Amino acid sequence: MTTQSIFKGLLRPVLVSAVFFMLLTGFAYPAFTTVTAQLMFPFQARGSLIERDGLVMGSALIGQHFTRPEYFHGRPSMTLGADPQDPSKSVSQPYNAGSSGASNLGPTSQKLLDQVAARVHAYRQDNGLAADAQVPVDAVTASASGLDPHISLANARLQLPRVARLRQIPEAELLQLVDQHTRARTFGLLGEPRVNVLQLNLALDARLPSRQPPIAASE
Amino acid sequence: MLSTLLEFALVLGVMTGLAVLMGKWLTRVFTGAHHALPERYTYRLLGIDPRETMGWARYGSALLLSNAAMMLLGYVILRLQAVMPINPLGLAAQTPDLAFNTAASFITNTNWQAYSGETSLSNFSQMAVITFLMCVGATSGVVAAAGFIRGLSRSSSGDIGNFWVDFTRTLYRVMLPLCVGMALVYVWQGMPQTFASQVLATTLEGAQQQLIVGAVASFESIKHIGTNGGGFFSMNAAHPFENPTPLTNALHILSMLLIPSALTYTFGSMLLQRRQGWVFFGTFLVMFIGFLALVYGAEQNGNPLLTQAGANQSLSLEQSGGNMEGKELRFGIADSSLFIATTTAATTGSVNTMHDSLTPMGGFVPLAQMMLNCVFGGDGVGFINLIQYALLTVFLVGMMIGRSPEFLGKKIEAREMKLVMLSVLAHPISILGFTALAALWPDTLASLNNLGPHGFSEVLYAYTSGTANNGSAFAGLNANTPFFNTTIGLAMLIGRFFTLLPMLAVAGSLAMKKTVPAGAGTIPTATPLFMLLVVFVVLVVGGLTFLPALALGPLVEQLQLLSGQTYN
Repeated sequence: MTTQSIFKGLLRPVLVSAVFFMLLTGFAYPAFTTVTAQLMFPFQARGSLIERDGLVMGSALIGQHFTRPEYFHGRPSMTLGADPQDPSKSVSQPYNAGSSGASNLGPTSQKLLDQVAARVHAYRQDNGLAADAQVPVDAVTASASGLDPHISLANARLQLPRVARLRQIPEAELLQLVDQHTRARTFGLLGEPRVNVLQLNLALDARLPSRQPPIAASE
Repeated sequence: MLSTLLEFALVLGVMTGLAVLMGKWLTRVFTGAHHALPERYTYRLLGIDPRETMGWARYGSALLLSNAAMMLLGYVILRLQAVMPINPLGLAAQTPDLAFNTAASFITNTNWQAYSGETSLSNFSQMAVITFLMCVGATSGVVAAAGFIRGLSRSSSGDIGNFWVDFTRTLYRVMLPLCVGMALVYVWQGMPQTFASQVLATTLEGAQQQLIVGAVASFESIKHIGTNGGGFFSMNAAHPFENPTPLTNALHILSMLLIPSALTYTFGSMLLQRRQGWVFFGTFLVMFIGFLALVYGAEQNGNPLLTQAGANQSLSLEQSGGNMEGKELRFGIADSSLFIATTTAATTGSVNTMHDSLTPMGGFVPLAQMMLNCVFGGDGVGFINLIQYALLTVFLVGMMIGRSPEFLGKKIEAREMKLVMLSVLAHPISILGFTALAALWPDTLASLNNLGPHGFSEVLYAYTSGTANNGSAFAGLNANTPFFNTTIGLAMLIGRFFTLLPMLAVAGSLAMKKTVPAGAGTIPTATPLFMLLVVFVVLVVGGLTFLPALALGPLVEQLQLLSGQTYN
């Protein structure tokens, strides 16, 4: 076969296919899927948004940064955000859903080990644990997305006495609430048992609104 | 522990069932005589004659040139992003080296990302460039396998099919219907699918949270069915919007394995040698299970240094334990390990775990699977890579017993073996050559996120991932520099086309040969013995080539971890 006959007549299909398949797969396909999905599952398609008093409080799937002691706390998050003083620099901004991120530190990184040791120390203090108590690994390691909405059952149980005390709820009652927001493995096999922190905290607020007023965003 | 074993068994069982169904469907797509109406219109638009038959050279040229045109189109749009529509966040254009890297990455089915999705691509680019290139890149891989298998099945004939017909049919009958269906399941499970770009929320503690949304579900379905792997979000399938539940995680895994495993069945049906197809399926599976066991064991055991720091990594009813740094709680260790093994086996490269934070032996698994590049492998190319090793096996065994090698009734001669060796060697030369270059490059140290052997692994991983067209990363490495963008971009193109084109030539060459009846000296290839021989050859060739580099990375890191050596 000659070189000429190998390439003969390829120019038109090569050029037309690039443009046509871009329109088909790049626009028609996502557009068709979007319209169908919005009709069938409007809540999920918009991001599973949780509203309270007409205000969007977040997404049921995305974790939030909880620091106040009367809330359950999520996993450490390594997401960054722009420095308010100097927007060209990045600073730690946990649970920044605009820029998911992880530590990417390897197992022999001293930085990682120092971070974990500091988190272990803080967790023991926050929850009144003994100075040599072992802390659930999910409470002291950063998640992959930086937006992990869940904590382990072990982690929730250890935080429970603190929240119960500050909110003046009997521990048994709070345990029931935690259980209500615990999800088992799918089909008994897939995934891990887990507690959704945002939904649990929303339920806590609904039961007994936190007495402190919300901190304004500008602060 | 038991539930983990049951889960692995369930996923692999479902995968096997789907391989049969999908394999039958692909056989019909590749061999059916009837052209559907939309397909006939497409042929008219493209100006091609669907009855034309092509030799390997013309088939390969059509693939190469159309891929080049699509890559160029993607490059242009990325460079012009700032003036394109649907860019409400006002994102700037990508730099020339980054746009080259991105376009090369997505057309070669690699989906390496030197950018982060949320802050660097408008929703227009996510659709017009990324979703588009993911669809056509994956389709090209399947089409190459169609031509390849057809070549193996012909005798005394130079034709391996019509590229345009294969491409159009694969896209219309396989990719798009599967992707739309899967996307809707994904939305049901919680993935966003909207034209909006962001939602602003006020959190319970009163802070502002910017939720990035978009056409995520349609992106995810082609990403996994097409073994693509690039993320809509920076943190890929670890992001709760890309992978909201354990069910979506399992569907991602099954999607990735769907076409690579089905092609072994298709091969068996098209050649009327079902047993041979199952032998190849078994070869894939044996290696996969071995690697899965290794990564699961390493991650569940955890990091002894974390235990010293006070973290409890033991498995109990209340927690999955293990090395949870860089992992998501809903997946724990089991689902993360299965995902790691799958994404690097099927060369998808999406991640639900940050591979940079894996234990040394956990990180060894994705590296090794990409180096071997034929544990299932990507859509189309994985199967082609396996046949390459099968040819090498019959050649080596033929040498040992002093017979001329045969495969599927065709004599394997010097020309085929030269082409096979070109393809076998291009892979390590690209990985090791570029890694060596980067190790000498003065600016490399500034890109590392970890020092010591782990830093070396970050660089080795980058070129392995690029060459194997995987796309996952030890993501601590800052690869968005002109040096890394250019060299990794080249590695991706070398890895893709120096495998595809020589192997298409092999298929073309075999197609022209007469079939010879099996004689007393023919090595039967549809037996468990041959399956183990192929596994052995893959491991020996891979081991001899890559063990020195692995020894400098994960292996020495493991020894240092056990002795408590750390790096600042």
